[in-house]
Amino acid sequence: MSGETKIELGRRYRFSASHRLHSPQMSEEENCRVYGKCNNPYGHGHNYVVEVSVSGQVDPATGMIVNLADLDGFVEREVIEAFDHKSLNEDVEAFRERVPTTEYVCMEIYERLKPFPLAKLERVRVEETSNNAFEYAGEEFQDH
Amino acid sequence: MVYLTRKIEFSASHLYHNAALSAEENQRIFGKCNNPHGHGHNYTLEVTVAGEPDPVTGMVLDLKELKEILEREITQRMDHRFLNYEVAELKGQIPTCENIVRAIWNLLEPKIKQGRLHKVRLYETADLFAECYRNEAK
Repeated sequence: MSGETKIELGRRYRFSASHRLHSPQMSEEENCRVYGKCNNPYGHGHNYVVEVSVSGQVDPATGMIVNLADLDGFVEREVIEAFDHKSLNEDVEAFRERVPTTEYVCMEIYERLKPFPLAKLERVRVEETSNNAFEYAGEEFQDH
Repeated sequence: MVYLTRKIEFSASHLYHNAALSAEENQRIFGKCNNPHGHGHNYTLEVTVAGEPDPVTGMVLDLKELKEILEREITQRMDHRFLNYEVAELKGQIPTCENIVRAIWNLLEPKIKQGRLHKVRLYETADLFAECYRNEAK
């Protein structure tokens, strides 16, 4: 049956960062109403978890879709170094204009990881807290 | 369609080594996992079965039966075993998460008679897992 099946590899990473939810397209009052505590002008932080899923052929010589060291290195360089212990609003270019909600954080991470050359990026899941999680799989999202 | 997931755990040892490669290559590719005496993990397996609830019992499948299948096919085969040497289904393969999850799919798929096997996810650690599912989207 293995011919009909597909294998994915999932790996979880962590970073800690601060953000503030504030949209220039809304008034102070609206920002406060929509974002509540998350609109606090000095920002606040989270321990984020990023779950990265990739797929591809399992190499018979290694038994692997991709060597974890290569995936770890890529995620570390493209995401963790840029996000960990940073202010998302101030330190990450993409969030100078865009509100760093976890929806957008998830999409930004997906775009950064999409070019990974050694396996196909299937989806990115970001947990902002243990109770809030967001997933993005590009525009052609496929439930599985 | 309803998706039902049951979780089991098993503990096993393994090592990664490809005899076709030199000692240096094995070390470079597999790193610590190439330690000749092996090492172990507590694996967590999540098995998802898809189906319509039976109108009489309200069940997609009898959980007792699924529990027995998992006990017989997976726990008895893999729990407290050295995966490289003691599990026939992994013979000749490097027992990575990817290969183990595929072997588990192949063991379980023909045994699930009510509903059908939808997905298996195997955690090697809390931060590393592999999934196997039917590739019907492509």
